[in-house]
Amino acid sequence: MGFHVNAQQFDQWLAGLKEDYDVYAPVCIRGGSIYSDADCIRYGKIDRIEDVVFDKKSEYSFKEAMIPVSETLFYFTEEDCTVPPARKKGAVIFLRSCDLSAVQRLDDMYLGNGPEDFYYERIRSRIRFVLMGCSKSFDSCFCVSMGTNTASRYDLCVNVRTDGFAVDCPNREWAEFFMHCGCEEQPVTPDRVTENRTKVTLPENLSTEVYRASLWDEYNKRCINCGRCNFVCPTCTCFTMQDLFYTENGKVGERRRVWASCMVDGFTDVAGGGSYRKKNGERMRFKVMHKVFDYKERNGYHMCVGCGRCDDICPEYISFSRILNRLEDGMKEVSGS
Amino acid sequence: MDTNTAALKKNAFRVTKERNVTCIRIRVPGGHLEAKYLPVLQEIAEKYGNGTLHITNRQGFEIPGISFEKMPEVNAALQSIIEGLEINQEEEGAGYPAAGTRNIIGCIGNRVCPYGNYDTTALAKRIEKAVFPNDLHFKIAVTGCHNDCAKVRMHDFGIMGMTLPRFDADRCVSCGACVKKCQKKSTGALTLSNFRPVRDPKKCIGCGECVLACPNHAWSRSEEKYFRLTLLGRSGKKNPRMGENFVKWIDEDSIVKIILNTYDYVKEYIDPDAPGGKEHIGYIVDRTGVEEFLKWALKDVTLPEIAEVTKPLYWKGVEY
Repeated sequence: MGFHVNAQQFDQWLAGLKEDYDVYAPVCIRGGSIYSDADCIRYGKIDRIEDVVFDKKSEYSFKEAMIPVSETLFYFTEEDCTVPPARKKGAVIFLRSCDLSAVQRLDDMYLGNGPEDFYYERIRSRIRFVLMGCSKSFDSCFCVSMGTNTASRYDLCVNVRTDGFAVDCPNREWAEFFMHCGCEEQPVTPDRVTENRTKVTLPENLSTEVYRASLWDEYNKRCINCGRCNFVCPTCTCFTMQDLFYTENGKVGERRRVWASCMVDGFTDVAGGGSYRKKNGERMRFKVMHKVFDYKERNGYHMCVGCGRCDDICPEYISFSRILNRLEDGMKEVSGS
Repeated sequence: MDTNTAALKKNAFRVTKERNVTCIRIRVPGGHLEAKYLPVLQEIAEKYGNGTLHITNRQGFEIPGISFEKMPEVNAALQSIIEGLEINQEEEGAGYPAAGTRNIIGCIGNRVCPYGNYDTTALAKRIEKAVFPNDLHFKIAVTGCHNDCAKVRMHDFGIMGMTLPRFDADRCVSCGACVKKCQKKSTGALTLSNFRPVRDPKKCIGCGECVLACPNHAWSRSEEKYFRLTLLGRSGKKNPRMGENFVKWIDEDSIVKIILNTYDYVKEYIDPDAPGGKEHIGYIVDRTGVEEFLKWALKDVTLPEIAEVTKPLYWKGVEY
């Protein structure tokens, strides 16, 4: 059901959510850049629709509003373990079509890949999504190539208009609110991007043979293995475990899981002192192939959603989409044709 | 030809090797100017000078080969630059009213440089507005961070930008990037404890390397801008020495106040027989003792709570 909603009505709706939900959206954090006197667009809690940044892409994805960077799984004493309570409130998250497509990937990894992840499930079950219509593509976006420009499993969709917002609201409970506060009904479909400046073509015959291609060597030196590409990625879910012993006692502590990056040193360290993928080019290869090859082998669709954040954040200006477009030549090189 | 050389020098001209020929010095506070002023410089050089232009050590331009009689015309031609750079002027069209206090120089700062912790040009201009015109020999320089590209430690007042890094443990991914960067590029103020960085405030110089290194914004910049103020560096023939640390985590207002207070101190204690009425402040401090200087410099200054003042202050430098 579609409506025309003005800012005041939108704010009323947001106020009504407050009891049950924290609302997260891309916001401008003044002075929040790593550089001095510069801002950062990142996810934060909002009270009003005007807080939402629609005209820029967030540097980090919605993932940080959903999955804690560092999450205590349990506290332990010598005898017992205690699981921390769940968050008091659910969350309403504003996100774009690429990101909503990423939610499907997160769900498949946390809920459909063996036993359900208890911690993810208890957060996920209380999340509602607001799709932000995309009236234009940003330079680094390649959602059309990845087929993620048409995600539709949202509770509410909002398109920015000059005189307010065009809202599509499949969520019946929410739709009632808009009906009752006098919003004019109108048919609304999400604003979609149908073409990106960045286009990606993946070779049909992509296989692990491409490991042998020379293209990876370039990244041994160019990549500084900082891991930013992983931390901004809406589909990276790797974490590492940390057992923390409270120092005064030494026998009491907590186990937490913390976001990890396959680009950062230590990711492949194993018991006994082994370590794999020491070169940054090898790490790049692993990441690329996970995003556009082996994940698909298992799930039938690509992991990468083409949001382009890894391109935008890389301090060394390494373009992930360019690497994807180099895979075809890489396959030709290794197959000798 | 009868020319008052003291008045000429005060007006930012020079006595040169060549009889009756001078050179105009055009200051650019903070070292940044709109490109539209370059044609003015070109015109002055080609019309009144010898068609060349010298880029000075102190971020200005010197236009040589100007005959003494053309000085009024050169001053008139300079008016758009003096106004555009917001130089305090006493009489319109009469050029620079003083040349004793030198141009306040700055590195490119945070307008361009990722390491810059503040807008160096803006601060240089603010200080310029507060101190100029002044005949006393003060050298002031501002730089964006502790890399000190502007070599501020060679100045009477050296100002280095700092940020007080804030840590959000909930965003830390334990990658260790901040610790590595701090060890390799800065003072080694960070160590890892229980998978997360711990900052030693004694060692931390507020350079911001941790903020730049963190891939997940666990470290961020303080809203407040802080500075390190170094004192009484100098070059010269007598006893060159580097500026010493004075206040760490000082604020902009206090810096301006301390500089203005020092003008009062110098007026009181400068050697009346100093050649050209110029004496490096450091020599005056050597004479009066540091305590007397501090009494003047810190008058009515309220430093931020976090500020640390180095005591005792001591300079050695190069002895010949």
